[in-house]
Amino acid sequence: MPLQSLDIVRRSATTLPSPEVRGAHTGQVAKLIDTTKCIGCKACQVACMEWNDLRDDIGVCTGHYDNPPDLSEHSWTLMRFAEYENPKGDLEWLIRKDGCMHCEDPGCLKACPSPGAIVQYANGIVDFQEENCIGCGYCITGCPFDIPRISKQDKKAYKCTLCSDRVAVGLEPACVKTCPTGAIVFGTKEDMTRHAAERIVDLKSRGFAEAGLYDPAGVGGTHVMYVLHHADQPGLYSGLPEKPKISPTVRLWKGVTKPLALLAIAATAAIGFFHYIGIGPNETDESDEQAARRELEKAP
Amino acid sequence: MSARHPDRIERYSSATRLNHWIVAISFVLLALSGLALFHPALFWMTSLFGGGPWTRILHPFIGCFMIIAFAPLAMNLWRQNYLERRDWVWLRKIGDVVENREGALPEVGRYNAGQKLLFFTIVVCLGVLLLSGLLIWRQYFSGYFSVDLVRIGALLHAFVAFVLICAIIVHIYAAIWVKGSIRAMTRGWVSLGWAWKHHRAWFREVTKDTQQR
Repeated sequence: MPLQSLDIVRRSATTLPSPEVRGAHTGQVAKLIDTTKCIGCKACQVACMEWNDLRDDIGVCTGHYDNPPDLSEHSWTLMRFAEYENPKGDLEWLIRKDGCMHCEDPGCLKACPSPGAIVQYANGIVDFQEENCIGCGYCITGCPFDIPRISKQDKKAYKCTLCSDRVAVGLEPACVKTCPTGAIVFGTKEDMTRHAAERIVDLKSRGFAEAGLYDPAGVGGTHVMYVLHHADQPGLYSGLPEKPKISPTVRLWKGVTKPLALLAIAATAAIGFFHYIGIGPNETDESDEQAARRELEKAP
Repeated sequence: MSARHPDRIERYSSATRLNHWIVAISFVLLALSGLALFHPALFWMTSLFGGGPWTRILHPFIGCFMIIAFAPLAMNLWRQNYLERRDWVWLRKIGDVVENREGALPEVGRYNAGQKLLFFTIVVCLGVLLLSGLLIWRQYFSGYFSVDLVRIGALLHAFVAFVLICAIIVHIYAAIWVKGSIRAMTRGWVSLGWAWKHHRAWFREVTKDTQQR
């Protein structure tokens, strides 16, 4: 069965394990995006649309460099440009390549009601299987980063695949391949974390005292990480969440309440059944009919 | 009812019965499609609706239809479900109710306290289901609301639907338990003895009316 992946560690709306005999024994993968090296050329956007055969609508200028203005079913990655005036009064152009963060604990997958519409591979990539998608949009509700988009045409949810098709055959993602400055690199999560640490030492020596790695623990870490000059203020980078985690509301909705509610519904029906068996129906018999008639006759 | 049947009392007009069953059928479809998307173990029920995407498409429309169908039924039954002092006595003696000892209970009007509480439970649940349902109706409405609001909507929708499903199970069981009730909602009438036994105050009220006429 050569086309079976056999490495699915999480599968949406599925209570038993999926085929997962193949592990990521050489380490889970990660893409590291170094915002400090990014020049905002958008080659990553172009490579993404080329590799994935996506063409977004030609939009209009909305007064800033973001183009298209937002992620969409056709734009799985997007450079977001933020102009930040630092305390010294200098302008800093903080450019962040937005897209799926491939959370270790994915909120989209937790929220999805359709079996197998979202999977996570052993290497850490979170992938949508659109043929199983029912178009409810719960993944959007579950995502802490506002990433998935429902297609207006086919009503399926789409997002960055981390080029799972390329990674599966030993290639790096298209955006990584094309990045001219080496701001996007790809490898094992361990290697990327180590590489980021070197970058951060370098940045700190250049005056970015708060430089750091964005690998938020609230979602178990991510398989897309950022090096930020201002890791203490991720919000500066076009609203990157400071402490992202799966919302407690989503956890409650999709967590222990599901089996408990089902059990309670079954128990309600069972109590009714046992009441019928134990105590029995409440029947109207001939004596009630006679009593009713007596009362009618008694009245004038 | 100008000439009253000697052995029967009309409890529900044909219009009310039709209205009730339209709501009931909608509810069953909604419960099945909703539960299918609620728990993975029940996802197979999406097949009853033509698959996952069709279930997702149909559920909210059936929901809107049920709300519209429920409105005249609710208005019809609203006043008769106001709680009275004697209803609290009835509720305090719920043990006698459950064990079929109706002799120990206060006289009941057209509806007993359990039926009245159920009625308003349904009204409140449907109101919350409508509002939360609009929040999570991704195709048309979710985009207008913040994701936090949509999350609360999703949780509320699931929780209130759970409460309603339990309430309707109680409602259905009560109809099976108290013999003669199902006929009231299918054929429209109850026997004199049924009315006298279960809803004596109502029995007096309706028989007095017909005698005066």
